[in-house]
Amino acid sequence: MTLDSLKLNQQVTILSVTENGLTSKLTDMGLYPGKTISVIFKAPFGDPIAVDIDGYTLSLRKEEASLVEVQIG
Amino acid sequence: MKISLVGNPNSGKTSIFNRLTGLNQKIGNFPGVTVDKKSGLLKSKDGSHHILDLPGTYSLYPKTQDEQIVHDILSDSSHPDYPDRIIVVADASNLERNLLLFTQVMDLGIPVILALNMSDIAAKKGLVIDYKKLSELLGGVKVVPVNARNGQGMDQLIAETVAEDTSTVKTAFVAGEFEKGHFQISDPHRQKQLVEERYRKINGILKFVIKQEPTKRSMLKRQRMADKIITHPILGFVLFIAVLMVIFQAIYAWAEWPMDLIDTLFLSLSQWVINHMPEGVLTSLIAEGIIPGLGGVLIFIPQITLLFAFIFILEESGYMARVVFIMDKMMRPFGLNGRSVVPLISGVACAIPAIMATRTIENWKERLITIMVTPLMSCSARLPVYTLLIALVIPDQAIGPFKLQGLALLAMYLIGLLGALLAAFVFKWIIKAKQKSFLVMELPYYRMPRWNNLAITLWEKVRLFVFDAGKVIFSISIILWVLASYGPGDRIQQAVEKIPEPVHQEDVTAYEKKVASVSLSNSYIGILGHAMEPAIRPLGYNWQIGIALITSFAAREVFVGSMATIYSVGETFEADETLIQRMRKEQNPVTGLPVYNLASGISLMVFYAFAMQCMSTLAVVLRETKKWKWPLLQLVYMTAMAYLAALITYQILK
Repeated sequence: MTLDSLKLNQQVTILSVTENGLTSKLTDMGLYPGKTISVIFKAPFGDPIAVDIDGYTLSLRKEEASLVEVQIG
Repeated sequence: MKISLVGNPNSGKTSIFNRLTGLNQKIGNFPGVTVDKKSGLLKSKDGSHHILDLPGTYSLYPKTQDEQIVHDILSDSSHPDYPDRIIVVADASNLERNLLLFTQVMDLGIPVILALNMSDIAAKKGLVIDYKKLSELLGGVKVVPVNARNGQGMDQLIAETVAEDTSTVKTAFVAGEFEKGHFQISDPHRQKQLVEERYRKINGILKFVIKQEPTKRSMLKRQRMADKIITHPILGFVLFIAVLMVIFQAIYAWAEWPMDLIDTLFLSLSQWVINHMPEGVLTSLIAEGIIPGLGGVLIFIPQITLLFAFIFILEESGYMARVVFIMDKMMRPFGLNGRSVVPLISGVACAIPAIMATRTIENWKERLITIMVTPLMSCSARLPVYTLLIALVIPDQAIGPFKLQGLALLAMYLIGLLGALLAAFVFKWIIKAKQKSFLVMELPYYRMPRWNNLAITLWEKVRLFVFDAGKVIFSISIILWVLASYGPGDRIQQAVEKIPEPVHQEDVTAYEKKVASVSLSNSYIGILGHAMEPAIRPLGYNWQIGIALITSFAAREVFVGSMATIYSVGETFEADETLIQRMRKEQNPVTGLPVYNLASGISLMVFYAFAMQCMSTLAVVLRETKKWKWPLLQLVYMTAMAYLAALITYQILK
């Protein structure tokens, strides 16, 4: 499952970040395999979304979030 | 010694720069791009050092224009800005991500100091950081905790930075990636792997460095609560609209009197020069060319200052990132992004500060589209034109509770907004993108703005406008003045001599007004106005309007003044209504019908809604895009759009 399809406050662990022109931007911002994150709120119309990474908030569009493969727990 | 400041955006790097340099700063530009180059002097006991504040970046692998500059400087040891020493500013409350950049910089082999800022927020989050351990595990680099807000730790940071012994780190954090002045890895896949490797190592180190003390987590909880409200589908928008209304009210209400003051000041200065200097070319150049030219530049300062003060507060408090967050989805179909909203809306006050505010848009294509369409928003300079024309051609009647004239004004604002969105939609297909549109953005913590940075920020903006765009505005003002004051040969003189000299004292004013009118219509601009009559006749205009169109290229509101000059009446049309009465009487010599009727009046308003009748905006666009191509394209497309729309309007209504 990917980051764009999560419910709010669901704890997940990142499995991989799909290669794409943006990948290294996502990695630079702290989304790397093994990291535990959760979606904490969404913009009106559900896009973009806001993700909690160790108490810091990262926002990204659903399109970008779909590059992040995650698993629950 | 050359010292560079490097750090993530929102790490408080600029505050530290301001602390280090005080007012000894210089704002320039990196060659070829519109990224501010902020440099300054740090004065210490053993002499002064050059400090360069590099743009905020998350990694040494660039994704934006700003980040490219950091990359270009640090990857080239022969670059004139290549530093002897680097201070990395890191947010202590978010060490993992901030250390990624630090470990990359550390591996460059340049002596580096780690300044850990925002320890107050870290403490609120219950984080206890062992600085000694961190320094040790990073291979002995100097780690200095600082607080840029109150200046704590700054003395130590300065001492460590200028100290003689520069213990460069012996072993690389990740070997084989960077070398002094050389980035070894160009394959993006490998870069990503190395970033991940760095994160794993950093994570390993932080386990020994950070202790999470139990807290009530009230700080994070409050932040989350605020986000729930501010990004709420209904409350969020209501709040945003309320904030915008406050900003607008303030700009309209507070900018008006200083603008009037500047206006009056320069008018009386002109008058003083006319009264006290011998009559001649030099006097009229100073009184009618130079002084109004300068006034035309300085008049924008109140609006620029106010708008940027508000933008400063929105940015610093963390609210702006949330505006981007909630507006992004709606702006995307138009090739814009959430960051375009504030410049676009500011355009209703004035396009000049609005275009200067587009610098916050990282994506070049989205920024360019925003710049190209912002001048279509109905700015305050169009208001005098609309007011005059509405009073002239829209009947003073009401439909139910709504006055027709008020509805007409509202319609003009809506036309501007629709025009801007439509143009953005077209530009989306025309402008080629170097990078894909994306939004991966940190939502920083809400906090009080750092007020001591406000004055410096405002001074930068005003200085940028006055000294860069000001030059172009001033030059065009002088050119327009020459064209309006001189004609070929003695054409003006001959025409003026034909006017009967006043016999009675009370006729002198009327005579002077006639002279001004005749002089203008026989000047180069007047001739141009006559010459373009065939082109503008299909829009319902005559040569008098042609002249006013050319003179008001300096600024739209000049239209009213030019109309008054051409028809030899006073400018204060609200008071005695002479201008309106005179314009009503104007007839078409062929048909005998009034020139200013509903069709031509609305056509003229539509023309002003779309036309790029503002050289100051063009000067700012040139300043912000660095190429003549963009302001020229803007001038051409807006004029074409104005002409076509006015043509259609007139042909339908006539």
